[in-house]
Amino acid sequence: MSAVGLAFFVGIVGLTLIVTYFAAKRTNTASEFYTAGGGLTGWQNGLAIAGDYLSAASFLGIAGAIALNGFDGFFFSLGYLVAYLVVLYLVAEPLRNLGKYTLADMINARFDQKKIRATAALSTITIVIFYMIAQLVGAGALIQLLLGIDYWVAVLIVGVMMTVYVLFGGMTATSWVQIIKAVLLMIGTVIISFLVLAKFHFNIFEMFSEMKTATPHGENFLNPGVKYTNPVDTMSMTMALVLGTAGLPHILMRFFTVKDAKTARSSVVVATWIVGIFYILTIFLGFGAAAFVGSNEIIAANAAGNMAAPLLAQALGGDMLMSFVSAVAFATILAVVAGLVLSGASAFAHDIYGEIIKKGKMTERQQMLAARYASISVAVLSISLALFAQKMNVAFLVSLAFCVAASANLPVILYTIYWKRFNTTGAITAMLTGLISALVLVAVSPNVLGPEGAAIFVGTPLFPLTNPAIVSIPAGFLGGYIGTVLSAKADALRFAEVSVKANTGFKG
Amino acid sequence: MENKKFDLPPSSEKKNTYERIAESPDFKHLVNTKNKFIVPFSIFFLLFYFSLPLLTSYSTILNKPAIGPISWVWVFALAQFVMTWTLSMIYVRKANQFDQMSDTILSDFRVEKKGDQSL
Repeated sequence: MSAVGLAFFVGIVGLTLIVTYFAAKRTNTASEFYTAGGGLTGWQNGLAIAGDYLSAASFLGIAGAIALNGFDGFFFSLGYLVAYLVVLYLVAEPLRNLGKYTLADMINARFDQKKIRATAALSTITIVIFYMIAQLVGAGALIQLLLGIDYWVAVLIVGVMMTVYVLFGGMTATSWVQIIKAVLLMIGTVIISFLVLAKFHFNIFEMFSEMKTATPHGENFLNPGVKYTNPVDTMSMTMALVLGTAGLPHILMRFFTVKDAKTARSSVVVATWIVGIFYILTIFLGFGAAAFVGSNEIIAANAAGNMAAPLLAQALGGDMLMSFVSAVAFATILAVVAGLVLSGASAFAHDIYGEIIKKGKMTERQQMLAARYASISVAVLSISLALFAQKMNVAFLVSLAFCVAASANLPVILYTIYWKRFNTTGAITAMLTGLISALVLVAVSPNVLGPEGAAIFVGTPLFPLTNPAIVSIPAGFLGGYIGTVLSAKADALRFAEVSVKANTGFKG
Repeated sequence: MENKKFDLPPSSEKKNTYERIAESPDFKHLVNTKNKFIVPFSIFFLLFYFSLPLLTSYSTILNKPAIGPISWVWVFALAQFVMTWTLSMIYVRKANQFDQMSDTILSDFRVEKKGDQSL
């Protein structure tokens, strides 16, 4: 690693630590810890949402997927973007109006039942753990490659950094790390895209023409079907992508950092523009890597294609640009894992310990202590799991997290806000059917059971699809429906309260 | 009535407040207007989104060239971006109208509540 490269890394670490130092002074209450006191502006939160959302799987993963599989890699960009319409139209504003710190708060605005809070916390923690392992494994592999250090050292560096941000600076530090990262990521992506376009003489048609002969796939590179040949599996995967975002706990939590529904709305719009521009630029990252790095070299560096973007930066801008892009990738990972630690900690400390065990009776000081202990526990747990998961496929873990989010969380969120007849039994059956069906179907899928080398265990898959969303999402909705109609309970009075709060922001 | 079976009754003061707003014609009108906008638009963007993988999975119609070397699948994919941005702007315009409606409901209600207290 060059001196310039090291300088970029140290710069990012230094900048984020300074931010954390100032954030720590403003992190004295539970509300400040979990939501930055609800004081972010729409622009700030929009940037932070983009920073929270554009993970290493997006930046490194999609660039690699397009470089290796052409159009099929672009499916991810489409699904991850259109998902924001689900968030904006159906979830963001009611969630802001009903919730306090967590998803469970929002569901309990209607039901106020410990078992519902416990189930919601369980699904939050499951999603956070899968997503976190994916990010840490990816981070470890990347930093190992970039800095030439051991995998476990790399995981520990990222793990310690994320713990420091959250422990001392809570949501304020996490938000600013995400904002810094979003700005850096956009700068890096725009520079690379500009250089790629320049190579094609700023002519999109020339780029598409040349791509027809630039890869081993020939003309097929520009057509769908290079990687996804099973139609049902393709539909299932695209379904998980578009419906999962609205159930991701670390994204949902961001809506509590603004003062009202109107600001939540404007932050989604800002995020949609930033994320959308980024995903369009993934075409240039992917095409550029395929044309100017070449698939053999990309695969040689990392079989999943995760090194495509840094290698492209080196091919176009030399060591200087590669160092910058690597540092951006590092910042990307830090911002996402910090958000994950915070949402995992809120489920443990606020939902399980604070509201269920202590019944909501805690002093401000006790809440802060619980939040900090929970942050350390979540960090230690995920670092330990990540150290053993080095060989796991990162893309698979991320798609699993999206699938669980869409199956376990989205049905209960939509029913709570929009369905008058919905009741406590339905809330629990919705979450559990979604969660369990997603986990069980993945456990018997071709990702887990398959021929030697292609899966985690050797065996015959009992379920044919690599992504179970097309079964488990309807299962979550159906579970909630059946649980509701089979139970005599109804919460119509509470629905009036929820409906008034969700639609007007009115608080008693 | 099923109403009596809810789990933890909120305080009667609150219950009355929320219920009275929920039963007011203006609030019902707001919810109806919102649903008439949100439901069809949500169905539209989900159909628009899923039609792309459906078409690419079950046909090769989008592989035909559209503009020069660019095939229809890329045009359709970029249309998803345009659709997302357009619909997010339409949503904001609509939501600002809903804000005004809900502000009116809440301010009417507060005036009414004050009136009650003065009696």
